[in-house]
Amino acid sequence: MTGQEALFEYLLRLGDNALILGHRLSEWCGHSPALEEDLALSNVALDLIGQTQLWLNLAGEIEGKGRDADKLAYLRDARDFRNLLLVEQPNGDFAATMARQFYFDAWHYLLLRELTGSKDARIAEIAAKGLKEVTYHLERSQEWVLRLGDGTEESHRRMQAAIDDLWMYTGEMFESDEVDQAMMRESVGPDLAALHEPWLGLMRTTAEDATLTLPQPGWAQRGGKRGMHSEHLGYILADLQFLQRAYPNATW
Amino acid sequence: MTSSLTRPDLEQIRTWLEEVPDPEVPAVSVMDLGIVRDVQWSGDDLVVAITPTYSGCPATSVIALDIESALRAKGLDRLRVERRLSPPWTTDWISAEGRRKLEAYGIAPPAENAGGPSVFDRLLRKPLTIACPRCKSENTARISEFGSTPCKAQYRCDDCLEPFDYFKCI
Repeated sequence: MTGQEALFEYLLRLGDNALILGHRLSEWCGHSPALEEDLALSNVALDLIGQTQLWLNLAGEIEGKGRDADKLAYLRDARDFRNLLLVEQPNGDFAATMARQFYFDAWHYLLLRELTGSKDARIAEIAAKGLKEVTYHLERSQEWVLRLGDGTEESHRRMQAAIDDLWMYTGEMFESDEVDQAMMRESVGPDLAALHEPWLGLMRTTAEDATLTLPQPGWAQRGGKRGMHSEHLGYILADLQFLQRAYPNATW
Repeated sequence: MTSSLTRPDLEQIRTWLEEVPDPEVPAVSVMDLGIVRDVQWSGDDLVVAITPTYSGCPATSVIALDIESALRAKGLDRLRVERRLSPPWTTDWISAEGRRKLEAYGIAPPAENAGGPSVFDRLLRKPLTIACPRCKSENTARISEFGSTPCKAQYRCDDCLEPFDYFKCI
């Protein structure tokens, strides 16, 4: 794998995480438990889709085959997506959505913070922009984990179930493969393993304040970064890509 | 056609841009919000650099179009609007005039100088006190971290009971 190929893969991962989670959150539009939550979830989705455009346009430029963000988002099949398994998990109930968001936001925040110091100026620039938005996402998702965990018996039960069910998808966030290592050697990206401790620190403090029991580190489900996805991604793409598949090259 | 002899000076152009409203918060101009980062002549072409407030802000392309039409209406036909991502937009760039206009419009202006995002520290701190833009009471509560646009949060005044938007500090 050449340096350019690794960079392309790396940018796809950044873009696909934002795209798939953004799409998942947009599924709540019109269905949220309250109007304020509908607005908030849609706005977080919008931030993530905005970040997707920046990452995937840059990926297309690096690849040099004339693909832009739209082509990459709408015309790849599931095996070519590089997002984490965590972000493609179904919305479930509101607790599951917020637990998934909190796990991801804390990691996303730490990653973007490191990427603001990337040797690649374009990556640093997009990360600095995204970091400001993700800061808000993290504050919000943490607040919901606290509120539901330390809430009623029912909300506590649901939030505990959510953090338990999604836990096995968090390990993948901190594992490095040859792409991550190539980026580390070039000082483009950080050592993902080094993000684990600060991430766990925030998880432990938050779980304690929320009267939740954090699952023990254990077996991790992995594969998303290499294109090995859960069955859910295909259904997401069927929805996300429908228009371009049915009406190729349709534009507004 | 503008030549270097007849072209308007940059101060004049900035004054014209002060009349271009933000499409989502029309009470303030694109200059007040600090969205216009630079206005320069490049040979005979005018180059206006703008920056998005949020990555996914759908208003950015409308703003580019509004700026272009406003300047064309003033007779500038050789111009380009460029997007600039870095340094990322911050609410610290909203002018004093812009803050005043926001408040008069019913939107609480962003807290000043919140500094860089260090959320792991901020998560331990109490939320900011935001004054109601109507009655100025500080007895307010946050309803949602997000409002009608990504740049705003929703608050409620516990004295006059009006809900209001707060322009978030980033």
